[in-house]
Amino acid sequence: MSLSDPDRELVTAELGRDPTPTEAALFENLWSEHCAYRSSRPLLSAFDSESDQVVVGPGDDAAVVSVPDNGGTEDSETYVTMGIESHNHPSYVDPYDGAATGVGGIVRDTLSMGAYPIALADSLYFGGFDREHTRYLLDGVVEGIADYGNAIGVPTVGGSVEFHDGYEGNPLVNVACVGLVDGERLVTAEAQAAGNKLVLVGNATGRDGLGGASFASEDLAEDAETEDRPAVQVGDPYSEKLLIEANEDLIDAGLVQSARDLGAAGLGGASSELVAKGGFGARIELDRVHQREPNMNPLEIVLAESQERMVYEVRLEDVDDVAAVAERYDLGCSVIGEVAEGNYVCTFEGSEPGERETVVDVPAEFLADGAPMNDLVTVEPPEPERNPPDVDVEAAFEAVVGSPNAASKRWVYRQYDHEVGTRTALRPGDDAAIVALREAGTGLAISSGAVPAWTDCAPYDGARAVALENATNLAAKGATPLAAVDCLNGGNPETPDVYGGFSAVVDGLADMCRELSVPVVGGNVSLYNDSVAGPIPPTPTLAMIGTKAGYDAPTAELDGDGALLLVGAGSDALGGSELLSQAGGTDRFPTLPENAPEVVATLADVADADATLSVHDVSTGGLAVALAELLTADAGADVAVDDAVSLFEETPGRAVVETTDPESVAEAFDDVAPVTRLGTATDDGSLSLDVGGEELTVDADRVAAIRGVLDEALD
Amino acid sequence: MRTRNDDGFRGYDTNCRFPPQEVVAVTVAVVQFGGSNCDRDAVRALSHLGVDAERVWHEDGLPEDTEGIVVPGGFSYGDYLRAGAMAAHSPIMNAVRDAAADGVPVLGVCNGAQIGCEAGLTPGAFTTNASARFQCEYVHLRIENADTPWTAAYDEGEIVSVPIAHGEGRFEIANDRYDDLVADDRVLFRYCDADGNVTDDANPNGSKGNVAGILGQRETVAVLMPHPERASLPDLNRSVDGRGILQVFG
Repeated sequence: MSLSDPDRELVTAELGRDPTPTEAALFENLWSEHCAYRSSRPLLSAFDSESDQVVVGPGDDAAVVSVPDNGGTEDSETYVTMGIESHNHPSYVDPYDGAATGVGGIVRDTLSMGAYPIALADSLYFGGFDREHTRYLLDGVVEGIADYGNAIGVPTVGGSVEFHDGYEGNPLVNVACVGLVDGERLVTAEAQAAGNKLVLVGNATGRDGLGGASFASEDLAEDAETEDRPAVQVGDPYSEKLLIEANEDLIDAGLVQSARDLGAAGLGGASSELVAKGGFGARIELDRVHQREPNMNPLEIVLAESQERMVYEVRLEDVDDVAAVAERYDLGCSVIGEVAEGNYVCTFEGSEPGERETVVDVPAEFLADGAPMNDLVTVEPPEPERNPPDVDVEAAFEAVVGSPNAASKRWVYRQYDHEVGTRTALRPGDDAAIVALREAGTGLAISSGAVPAWTDCAPYDGARAVALENATNLAAKGATPLAAVDCLNGGNPETPDVYGGFSAVVDGLADMCRELSVPVVGGNVSLYNDSVAGPIPPTPTLAMIGTKAGYDAPTAELDGDGALLLVGAGSDALGGSELLSQAGGTDRFPTLPENAPEVVATLADVADADATLSVHDVSTGGLAVALAELLTADAGADVAVDDAVSLFEETPGRAVVETTDPESVAEAFDDVAPVTRLGTATDDGSLSLDVGGEELTVDADRVAAIRGVLDEALD
Repeated sequence: MRTRNDDGFRGYDTNCRFPPQEVVAVTVAVVQFGGSNCDRDAVRALSHLGVDAERVWHEDGLPEDTEGIVVPGGFSYGDYLRAGAMAAHSPIMNAVRDAAADGVPVLGVCNGAQIGCEAGLTPGAFTTNASARFQCEYVHLRIENADTPWTAAYDEGEIVSVPIAHGEGRFEIANDRYDDLVADDRVLFRYCDADGNVTDDANPNGSKGNVAGILGQRETVAVLMPHPERASLPDLNRSVDGRGILQVFG
């Protein structure tokens, strides 16, 4: 890759001369799809990113949202940061390091805001589970996330794992991070004053990850695993952990004026964006950067994507203190230059002693924000025909409940330390995690995911369903949605039907989030997710947080003593369902409720009622999977439904509620959504289903065996 | 690289806001190495029990009035070389050994247990899990000897529920030394099932004899792989079985 001719012409016109090689490389990377969102930014205006709770919206390293106070240990207002990042291409080429560095990057985005990282959630998408290569990628990605996240002491509390043939050759690794901060400690990535020093803290710079941003903006070729390995960085969680602690000390002492982590396009990206945001330029001496390898040239220094590095804007009088903190944690530290009026200028030692060569001299804003947007053609995808399969209930139950998408993900989350931090009140494996924010006395619920089969079937409605599904996950634990970040993954946008699907996904996600009054405060876009197997399904990962008073919540495990109700309106449409994936056939996507906010709010109230014993959201695999997941060795269910479609259809915005007071639930949902009496919970640990007269009984051991496909195949 | 002044402290200028911290009020020192990550959790759990605990950066040394020491979990020095090996040779561990010899209670948890073994405070070693994977989950432990400061809150044979989170927790020791440990009643906890049966199925990591925690030469020194500090806070609405172990410091 090199700077395209039209871009080169623009740059030459702006500068009034040809760009230097270092400038050309900077523009190539910062104007890449990965950094500049050239194809997606025109679509992103669809999102509402404001609410009374939003403190910092999109455009910074991470978003900042104010958390409702429920009587906590701190007097000051409690904020959380949210960020999400994709590490798709690196994770295909080198699953372990690609995924690990994805975690590292999003954690440093959290540090940039002055926050301490308190939770991670990963949404992972792979090709068909029956393929050996898929298992190799899954194994490497999970181990990479585990080794990095566990070592830095940030619990991985949630996420999702999906398998779909469309990801064969191009898996997705989307990592979200939540951090904790308050008004006093909050910093942003906006340079504050000319004359302040720019201080680089962290690992020494080597020749790693050169051109990573432009690598992330290309299709993956067949030989990518060998050809592109040098573009993947290697992570060092030990340095990251030291950086977390050093950052905390720097923030404690008020030494940071602004901060940005070094990610895509390395030092050049971070420093130019930081000063551009404040309306400044910079004077940077690239040879002052502490380096790991000899004889690095200016282009390599400015673009290398060596991990675990932060750039801080520091007042002159604080520079020694910053250096002392870095030394305490054995971190490298160099004063590389300063914020300045005028252009973004980088110099390097010249060929003659004492001489300095100017290698970059460009307007910072032009570099950071000057990339032209692509105006691409979209073609709307067709709606599928109604041609559902004939269903044998028993075979379908085994196939759907035992499908890798619906199966237990314990094999995955057992490898993640989800307890460190002693805040995890509700662990992975439930609808949402709950993290105790004792500072505010508030439980923070986190849900993250997307269902590719839904958006593959119906990009617009499927994406609306993804938003509603995440909100329902939170509500099922009694939490009220607060904000979300998205990670929009798509194929090559220059293909009209691929871009059409992607564009519909963006609109669908934006519309449902707006309907639910959930501001989308930040995100990430990853395009060119194409491989020899074709484009991926458009995949709008949404990480949504919600809040509740206290940290207690009903679990998704039956108690055994209550009546079982299904709340929310179903549908006879099977489009996007796991049943169709297993049994074949096509169908249209279910119709979503018109009053989604009322359904979500009512479910949150019901979940927190004293009479509620357990609550579980209905999603992939429909009621069949929800009931199977609710089963324990001691508690079962006796349930009757009208037909097989009711058992397997996946309309979002529904939940199974076990309660000792079914009348109150019906009353709460009066005029909001239908409440269907499914049956009763029992104390025998088996699931008895009456499906329109056809009977099926399975015990907890059998269900555990069916749901244990990941454990069985991978251990 | 780090430079040192003649007085042994690192070369900060004296006006720096980050001089090596003199912690005077601490009674329980939670030793923080680079890469430790359960130090805050240990302080939180101890504080909840009313114990005056504070994180102590390893280079700052133990405060003079240290009345108890916790070496917390994490990945000290990134687990490079071998889990706990680097930290075991850091200067503060000399001070910890001296304090232990003086009868100051010392508890090593998870990475702290690995460090404790590497530093010779306790026998044996904790090495790679039989699964060769990191495992984070709740386990059942059977109290093997209730007649120690660490287990006085429990009854012998009692079953408690505490989480583990480690990739290298498999206890290994030479057979004769294992026999000595058992004969001396220095096994504190064994992994068991919900009914207290010590079985292979209930052994999460392949530890010899399902051993999860042991005593050092003195009964005031103990290490264990499970995390008592993670099962101590009632507001998380689950097991607080780990509190008894931490009550030594109260």
